[in-house]
Amino acid sequence: MARLNVNPTRMELKKLKARLATATRGHKLLKDKSDEMVRRFSLIIRENKRLRDEVEKELSETLRQFSVARSVTPAYRAETAFVMPSVAVRAECQTESVMGVEVPDVKLVNEKRSDGLPYAFPEITGEADFSVARASALLPKMVELAKTEKTVRMLAAEIERNKRRVNALEYVMIPQLEETIKYIKSKLDENERAAVIRLMKVKGKAQ
Amino acid sequence: MTDGKIAIIGDGDSITVFRAAGVAAFPAENSAKAKEVLRRIAKDYSIIFLTEELAKELTVFLKRFDEQPYPVVLSVPSKNGSSGHGDEMLKSAMERALGVDILFNN
Repeated sequence: MARLNVNPTRMELKKLKARLATATRGHKLLKDKSDEMVRRFSLIIRENKRLRDEVEKELSETLRQFSVARSVTPAYRAETAFVMPSVAVRAECQTESVMGVEVPDVKLVNEKRSDGLPYAFPEITGEADFSVARASALLPKMVELAKTEKTVRMLAAEIERNKRRVNALEYVMIPQLEETIKYIKSKLDENERAAVIRLMKVKGKAQ
Repeated sequence: MTDGKIAIIGDGDSITVFRAAGVAAFPAENSAKAKEVLRRIAKDYSIIFLTEELAKELTVFLKRFDEQPYPVVLSVPSKNGSSGHGDEMLKSAMERALGVDILFNN
């Protein structure tokens, strides 16, 4: 490991020692953070997997059912029936902090529905009503999944970054500092010995 | 951003039902169109669902949304059923973060 390019002086030694102390503490902190993030991540990703499986299953079914339901009405009539939605969903969006990572926190709110369906009953078959109702019922879960999945992705990116930091400290920064400190110490010791010898020689000559 | 509007982008059949459920629906028949729509609405909508076929082709483009909390872009199966794209994304995130597979065990 290459040592840093510094002058072997007592001042430098003091500075480097302080830096080493900071680096070691930082390394410990980051490592703890990394451990905790991984723990949370594994919880969240399990949740995500469960939600995704549910949503995928239900959504595929709903859509399949809907396309069947829709195929019995002429295309243009189906189109016009669905053009104007009578309901509007909105999500309340906030951010939440998971281990210092800003992640979305959404809740589905005010599903205001008058009678629920955006079209007159004669226009479309009952099966379609059913699939629309099912899709609406599925929405909160989809929003939840969206939130979880985003959290997973952001957390994954953060864990990766953090890991890189930990490794940089552990395998580059700290060994480098230790090596340099050792070098300066030996250099200083050598200087000291040289000084003692010189004094002895001078004394020997004087007598 | 607290005013969360929800949108869905996909091919005609898959999104109509969501339009009825009160989600803003944007039709897009191919990935180029979807990209354009996405660019246009990314600022206004906080949750955007995207059908899997489109999401798959736009994987690289969608990476840019991973940096900030909003908008949340989620790929959902279309009327053709699930292709396992969602699971794949999950797996890649997991491998990035942990380096091991704890969900699928293969």
